[in-house]
Amino acid sequence: MIDTHTYVVYVEDRPGVLNRVASLFRRRGFNIESLTVGHTERPGISRMTIAVKADRTDAQRIEAHLYKLVNVISVEDITTAPSVLRDLAMIKVAATQESRGEVMQLVEVFRARVVDVAPDSLVIEITGTEDKIDSLIEVLRPYGVIEMVRTGRVAITRGTKNGAATAGARSSARLSDDAGVSHSV
Amino acid sequence: MKLTGAQILWECLVREGVSTVFGYPGGAILPAYDAMLDYPIRHVLVRHEQGATHMADGYARASGKVGVAVATSGPGATNMVTGIATAMMDSSPIVCITGQVGSHLIGYDAFQETDITGVTLPITKHNYLVTRPEDIAPAIREAVYIAAHGRPGPVLIDITKDAQQRSCELDWDGAVPRPHKRPERRPHPDDYARALALIDQAKRPLILGGHGIMLSGAMKVVREFAERAHIPVAMTLLGIGGFPASHPLNLGMMGMHGEAWVNTAIQEADLLLAFGMRFDDRVTGNLKTYAPNAKKVHIEIDPAEINKNVRVDVAIVGDLRNVLEELLPHVAEGDRSEWLDWIASLKGDSAVRDIQNMPDSGHLYAAHVVHDLWHATDGSALVVTDVGQHQMWEAQYYKHEHPRSLITSGGLGTMGFALPAAIGAKIARPDAEVWAVVGDGGFQMTMAELGTIAQERLDINIAIINNGYLGMVRQWQEFFYERRYAATPLLNPDFAKLAAAYGLTGATVMKRPDVIPAVQAARAHRGTVVIDFQVEQEDSVFPMVPAGADLHAMIRRPSASPIVETSADP
Ligand SMILES: Cc1ncc(C[n+]2csc(CCOP(=O)(O)OP(=O)(O)O)c2C)c(N)n1
Ligand SMILES: [Mg+2]
Repeated sequence: MIDTHTYVVYVEDRPGVLNRVASLFRRRGFNIESLTVGHTERPGISRMTIAVKADRTDAQRIEAHLYKLVNVISVEDITTAPSVLRDLAMIKVAATQESRGEVMQLVEVFRARVVDVAPDSLVIEITGTEDKIDSLIEVLRPYGVIEMVRTGRVAITRGTKNGAATAGARSSARLSDDAGVSHSV
Repeated sequence: MKLTGAQILWECLVREGVSTVFGYPGGAILPAYDAMLDYPIRHVLVRHEQGATHMADGYARASGKVGVAVATSGPGATNMVTGIATAMMDSSPIVCITGQVGSHLIGYDAFQETDITGVTLPITKHNYLVTRPEDIAPAIREAVYIAAHGRPGPVLIDITKDAQQRSCELDWDGAVPRPHKRPERRPHPDDYARALALIDQAKRPLILGGHGIMLSGAMKVVREFAERAHIPVAMTLLGIGGFPASHPLNLGMMGMHGEAWVNTAIQEADLLLAFGMRFDDRVTGNLKTYAPNAKKVHIEIDPAEINKNVRVDVAIVGDLRNVLEELLPHVAEGDRSEWLDWIASLKGDSAVRDIQNMPDSGHLYAAHVVHDLWHATDGSALVVTDVGQHQMWEAQYYKHEHPRSLITSGGLGTMGFALPAAIGAKIARPDAEVWAVVGDGGFQMTMAELGTIAQERLDINIAIINNGYLGMVRQWQEFFYERRYAATPLLNPDFAKLAAAYGLTGATVMKRPDVIPAVQAARAHRGTVVIDFQVEQEDSVFPMVPAGADLHAMIRRPSASPIVETSADP
């Protein structure tokens, strides 16, 4: 079954690392849905959140291939782990004298924020799951979406565990029981 | 004391145990070449940088040590690409060092600037762009480590000219490879148990032996394992030599040009034990019909190979030798005589007669040449083959008893590999009797390296299997394109004269009775001999599984043909 898998990948913060990761997905024919990268609480280490559509076998191969990159420190497929997924969007929408009130109401309903007001437009900022953002965009469309930017997915697991801290000492869960794959760890 | 980056480069290579490099100079690598003269390094001047990479590869495959190739920026670096890709596909540990334009010029399309780290990104295990002398030692030490560690492969280090020229302190200890952050991959005890249970239950098990046997040094334990459990062994092309050809449990090569009984046995097996091999499409044929009744156990160091082509029932990720040594004491002694007899009965119908007993029909067949070469060298030569029909005939008719005695480009199928790789192999193992077995096509791709042989005064023997065609392609045209020989006939030079032009010895052989004397003469001769074996032109390699066809759907040798498939025991 093909699902969207979300990986949290810690990498060394060095030139070209993003290229190596992206090139791996291209080379192996895996399609990235979204990729975000930023600094972490630890200097010299960046964190990527990668969303990719794959079946179970491919998902395992992706993880194995990521580990073959020398600059990759740890990989965690958090697809089934309890986690918080967020996307941030800024949407510039046309807002005339007449429609402004309605748009503001929608902003309220979605718990979004207006971050810029111009005579004929508003810029709305929203964070949430992709679904929620998609729905807001849907309802704003009739008013005229002028411009939009989205960050792509970022993710963090719930609970106290820190992915970076577990790098190199991952849990000993087997990656797949039915396939009998034991790169246990 | 401060050293220049160039000095640090050599200092580190020497300390890492490197004594020989294969290279070609140019502007961006000149500081390194200048510094080299002060270090105990043998530099082999090649005739083309592709040759340098294949030599480093041949050196690595013959010795198990890391091979090193050096080139300048731009065209020097891009000429290495084929050799790097070849080493990547066949998991060969090489380190390539390239000069790069000055760091202030990077990105400005300077003279001979190529983004070689970008170009080689997907065909290296890892690569480095080094712009400061301080970064040279860590890059070298880590590169050597990465090339040889785990699943081996090529690493490239691109060093800017200014990094070679500027000076800094050498911090050798500080440059120790960073602790490998990978989670240690230890197989799960359950999987050992499951594998053992499958072995116990199997009535028709088969070991598929691959390159991993050599890479992990598992020859002894594989043999003990096979003997104890009484399981026959089929080899991949790169696995040849990992299990003695003369061993009663050795079935021979599997796959596209594997013996019929081997492929049939795979299709009939109830258990496949894949030892350090990766189910390449050249050995599986159609995956949908591959070994349909067999459970599969995969022992493999690279987790990315698990379930890639063939879904397996038990996968044990780890070093083959370590894993087998753990498994061996728990393997029950077996008796699979029934299964072995059945396989032997298959040989009966394919192995009509041994080619050595064939009457001389007046034709010289490539299979005869390889067979006689095997005979005349007591099967103990280190043979390096190129790519094509001769490569398959060598694999079929030269019986390899020892590991690292066949070196060939399997995964990439790189024509032009044999001659330079044989040079590297000879330099790695000067006492070995090295033969390059090469097609007339592939020989001409890198024959300029005859110059390297002459300059280095090497004693290699070269058997050109001269069929006047790009034979393997011609064979496909014969079988699948109605004999329309588009761009496959070759007009060749006089190879013996060519050898003479380099100050080497040349010979031409056209008749069967002359084969062994020519081989013996070459062996007796000190120095390189090039023998032009002018063989039957439109001969084909049998059996053949057409690309993508079911493994059991082999094209068998037409019975009218004067050569028969080999028997099991020559
Ligand atoms: C660099 C390269 N180019 C093209 C091919 C495709 N190819 C595979 S075998 C072959 C023919 C080889 O001819 P030759 O060297 O004469 O060997 P033969 O098959 O005749 O023994 C060709 C062209 C290849 N493998 N490598
Ligand atoms: Mg030929």
